[in-house]
Amino acid sequence: MADVPENAPQHCPGTGSSDAGKSSACEGCPNQTLCAAAAGPDPAIEEIKEKMSSVKHKILVLSGKGGVGKSTFSAHLAHGLAEDEGKQIALLDVDICGPSIPRIMGLEGEQVHQSGSGWSPVYVEDNLAVMSVGFLLGSPDDAVIWRGPKKSGMIKQFLRDVDWGDVDYLIVDTPPGTSDEHLSVVQYLSAAHIDGAVIITTPQEVSLQDVRKEINFCRKVKLPIIGVVENMSGFICPKCKNESQIFPPTTGGAKKMCSDLKIPLLGRVPLDPNIGKSCDAGKSFFTEIPDSPATLSYRTIIQKIQEFCSLRQS
Amino acid sequence: MLNAHGKDVHQCDSGWVPVYVDQEKSISLMSIGFLLERPDDAVVWRGPKKNALIKQFVGDVSWGDLDFLIVDTPPGTSDEHISTVDALRPFNPMGAVVVTTPQAVSVGDVRRELTFCKKMGLPVVGVVENMSGFVCPHCTECTNVFSKGGGEELARHAGVPFLGCVPLDPLLTQSLEQGKNFIQEFPKSSAYSSITSIAQQILDSATQGS
Repeated sequence: MADVPENAPQHCPGTGSSDAGKSSACEGCPNQTLCAAAAGPDPAIEEIKEKMSSVKHKILVLSGKGGVGKSTFSAHLAHGLAEDEGKQIALLDVDICGPSIPRIMGLEGEQVHQSGSGWSPVYVEDNLAVMSVGFLLGSPDDAVIWRGPKKSGMIKQFLRDVDWGDVDYLIVDTPPGTSDEHLSVVQYLSAAHIDGAVIITTPQEVSLQDVRKEINFCRKVKLPIIGVVENMSGFICPKCKNESQIFPPTTGGAKKMCSDLKIPLLGRVPLDPNIGKSCDAGKSFFTEIPDSPATLSYRTIIQKIQEFCSLRQS
Repeated sequence: MLNAHGKDVHQCDSGWVPVYVDQEKSISLMSIGFLLERPDDAVVWRGPKKNALIKQFVGDVSWGDLDFLIVDTPPGTSDEHISTVDALRPFNPMGAVVVTTPQAVSVGDVRRELTFCKKMGLPVVGVVENMSGFVCPHCTECTNVFSKGGGEELARHAGVPFLGCVPLDPLLTQSLEQGKNFIQEFPKSSAYSSITSIAQQILDSATQGS
């Protein structure tokens, strides 16, 4: 009876027992109503597991700080994986208060449709489906002023009620931090098994500090880490071709952190003004700037993520 | 960023004592960073716990007499923001400074932030465009790494003051990394004049308001 709290009254049946809150020992216990009301884990977890049985790989994209390039990375991971026409890719944006994915994917103003089997995601290409709270808003000025429980409810709906169909890769783009959205995604997908998380950072210590917290979060919730991507790593002047460190890696950057914490560094992506431009225009920079060093670096990273996932499959 | 890591918060009769950045005690700080045992500890909290801590930060810290209280918030329009505005409402906050970068992806989220301010009845002091252009130290060519002008356009569109652009400046990031005071260390840098001008405008609107 491991679920009997230390300070419980004598003969407590345990919080997980079917008698919880009902036995005579529960009379007068301050937790009685709570125990009687809770009926085990959220049934949605099982429903989501069922739903996710048609999704082969699930990848979470995380970061400590905001504005380091999570959504850009998630979007282009999706674009990159979707280049293989035989694969079905799904991109889910769980940044409820700051949904940037619709713009980056060139889907602003699109709406979600309801069908018999749930919400239909919006398709960029035949094999690339996208879902975001942005598709549910009436105007680009609409703010989603929600506290945690409502955000979690939305995430639950995204995972349970969206008609994803057969999917090879589900990429989940998250807001920065380690709070409601992250806990909810991990919790709801706990039975469905997540392949792992990719953590995005910029080279400076101020950003790495928060990444270490993010790594500790992954370890706490037992989420495997696929690796770290160092974004905005160096800037090459388009005129004189000299490199500058706009965000200086004063403590050795992601490379040193990864070797200290023994996690893989998937790669470094240089700052390229064309990346921001293609995101604003809602286009993939794989097709816009195919020869840029940033594009090549992205391709290697995507390759590594695919390898990681295929290893987990076998 | 302010070279105050590793310091502790103490308890006194009138509440938590904030951490002071300098000898003169001109800047006092409060952050959850001071309450963690190890700097890498993750604070894996859902909303209600964060809200309780914010209330404590506003109510139970012995701030003393202050001219300005600056509240730095995470991105978004959720628990932290609602709670902070609620907790500060009895003190009649002067308003919000909204920071964006120039590209449309960032401006898109900041539009929602302005709607948040409107809905919460929080005045907007103005919009700041950060990371606005980078001057190559080798050839002085200015590149708009994250495009240009998004902040100014947003301010015009929303009918709120535009406070200015702050360029990308490696000296600025470096000072923050080392916890140095950028304003004192690099008075000649390009970001210096923009930051001081923005600060001045905020001071001006504060004196007008009072």
